[in-house]
Amino acid sequence: MVKTEAKPDTSTGNKTKTGADLLVESLINENVTTIFGYPGGAVLPIYDALYRAKGSFDHILNRHEQGAIHAAEGYARVSGKPGVVIATSGPGATNLVTGIADAMMDSLPLVIFTGQVARGVIGTDAFQESDVMGITTPITKHNYQVQDVRDLPRTVKEAFHIASTGRPGPVVVDIPKDISANPVEGTFDTDFHLPGYQPTTKPNPLQLKKLAEALAKAKKPVVLAGAGVLMGKASEELRSLVEHYQLPVTTTLLGLGSFPGNHKLSLGMAGMHGTYAANTAIYECDLLINIGARFDDRLTGNLEKFAPDATVAHIDIDPAEIGKNVTTHIPIVADSKVALTMLGDHIKEAPQHKEWLNRLYDNKIQYPLWYNTPDEEMVPQWLIEEVYNVTGGNAIITTDVGQHQMWAAQYYAFDQPNRWVTSGGLGTMGFGFPAALGAQLAKPNDTVVAVVGDGGFQMTLQELSILQERQLPVKVLIVNNGALGMVRQWQESFYEQRYSESLLDVQPDFVKLAEAYGIKGMKIEKQTDLVNALPDLFEYDGPVVVDCRVLQQENVYPMIAPGKGINEMIGVKR
Amino acid sequence: MKRIITATVNNRSGVLNRITGLLQKRHFNIESISVGRTEVEGISKMTFVVDVEDNQKLEQVTKQLNKQIEVLKVSDITDKAIVARELALIKVMSSGQLRSEIQGIIEPFRASVIDVSKDSLSIQVTGKPDKIEALIDLLRPYGIKELARTGVTAFQRGQQPQQSELTSFSLLN
Repeated sequence: MVKTEAKPDTSTGNKTKTGADLLVESLINENVTTIFGYPGGAVLPIYDALYRAKGSFDHILNRHEQGAIHAAEGYARVSGKPGVVIATSGPGATNLVTGIADAMMDSLPLVIFTGQVARGVIGTDAFQESDVMGITTPITKHNYQVQDVRDLPRTVKEAFHIASTGRPGPVVVDIPKDISANPVEGTFDTDFHLPGYQPTTKPNPLQLKKLAEALAKAKKPVVLAGAGVLMGKASEELRSLVEHYQLPVTTTLLGLGSFPGNHKLSLGMAGMHGTYAANTAIYECDLLINIGARFDDRLTGNLEKFAPDATVAHIDIDPAEIGKNVTTHIPIVADSKVALTMLGDHIKEAPQHKEWLNRLYDNKIQYPLWYNTPDEEMVPQWLIEEVYNVTGGNAIITTDVGQHQMWAAQYYAFDQPNRWVTSGGLGTMGFGFPAALGAQLAKPNDTVVAVVGDGGFQMTLQELSILQERQLPVKVLIVNNGALGMVRQWQESFYEQRYSESLLDVQPDFVKLAEAYGIKGMKIEKQTDLVNALPDLFEYDGPVVVDCRVLQQENVYPMIAPGKGINEMIGVKR
Repeated sequence: MKRIITATVNNRSGVLNRITGLLQKRHFNIESISVGRTEVEGISKMTFVVDVEDNQKLEQVTKQLNKQIEVLKVSDITDKAIVARELALIKVMSSGQLRSEIQGIIEPFRASVIDVSKDSLSIQVTGKPDKIEALIDLLRPYGIKELARTGVTAFQRGQQPQQSELTSFSLLN
């Protein structure tokens, strides 16, 4: 099992194998090629083993642990492989917390190795000690502290298995320094048995039959596609099923790309800033088929007004999501791909719903997303549409949270899976930019655009060093409205325009900032300048930071105000 | 409504933290928890008494518990035929002349005096929670100096009645 690269290199002066070398071997066995990390005292033995194993991995030295973990999330989202992170004990580990929580909410497979102080001093408030197990327990799918070096290889194997199967999620492995530093001999058993973890992937045929019967009777069916379709790699199955039965499809924020955004049957995104067609379809439907979405409150709005007349079917690999927020009539615990494939075999009778479809198509045409375009200045919605046009809809788009995120979701019609990388559940500012570099490392030949806000970008911009160091051709588009846009919008709408601490009047010169990092920087203020610049910008084979000055007063519409129902949208085009 | 839930778990470090943490984070009200080893090496059993609003909440508790990797099995045994017991230690103020009076009170409960001092008596009682409550109520007038309870531990009886004759077990109202 041990590959030659992983063997300690005697030329570096260390002849005995250590726990850290076991870790490195285990990572090689898991086919890990990219590691995002940051060294420190408690992981010195691990970094020494990485040094000995030079050439086995591409280690990205992010400039902050938060950058490392968001990069790993971006990597995991587009590649489907677990993102691997290493950080030291204490502050190294606590700096990861936001990213771990983010990955937990958005079901991203991550395996995170944190250093820990040596076993002998755990619990003594030793230098750079923190209770990583305690801190990460509520925000991980599972976590381990290795107590015996003989358990290490098996633990790593388990961690990768747990992170990437079932409903994916982050797994933390906390490794005390003496475990990684001490010499070890022999090989260790890596077979594992997890009787408490047996995800159900095959659906119950009785429930499938019930769904098929409900479908045959439905006059107003609609499919809600969530990230579970992407995780299950079930886009093709979804498409062939809905095309065959002409079922309209709406997606969640994280489900964008699971079904082609430009498809005739696509109603667009549903939820707080979803389309009129999508939200109305959910409100009026008599059968709602949720595939891999968790009925988040930003999707449902007021639960009492969510799909009030519908039979709700919910396909999810996580049984705990079924019935959590919305009463479910047809629960189907299964992998989305398996369920969609088997569902096709159960359907005997197609629904008769021509009228309904025509109404939805009509809604799409009558009440599209809309914005006003001034003569010269840029509005953010237009900016996103221009990016869509120039990239042919083929780029990987990453975002932070907020207005720019919603505009990207609304105006970049995602036609392909795994090209949309956003912080959905946790809504993390500073996510988009590091996630973009992770995505670019996973897909070196694809165009990656980080659509970020001027606020969020300033939270993790230290990662510009990586763009320069690796010459990653990420295009950073700062949707710069000089404000924490979504906060400003809510203050305008719900706090009588009291803009409390939401306007960023003083900002760095982003062009000079980029240049200081050795990266091309541009500032664009007029529509014509953008139109002229964009094609060259995407032709340019290197990183660029573009400071796009957009009108501050633009708001994201349509909108379901907090506490309102999905049928109570404001800002719909008249 | 109060429910008795048992969980069989791997006896690994951090399991208790993970489980109580999840109950707390999702705002499930725990009345009591008891934990101990089982007949199988490395496997522990937890018994929870939880107070949940409705069946939907109850379903969430069991599903969330089940989702934990170290949790092997979760059962809501409230409506099964079960034996459920709790132990309480009660220290009551008692001067010499009251001792025999207290003895008379605890005797029908099959409780026993396990420590005597100049001005107090320590009593041990085992039984269903309502029995323990009843004894505590009777002893309260004498002045309870200290009270410690283990929480309920329970399992199913060796033989379960047929479905038809199963009446809801009113152990916890």
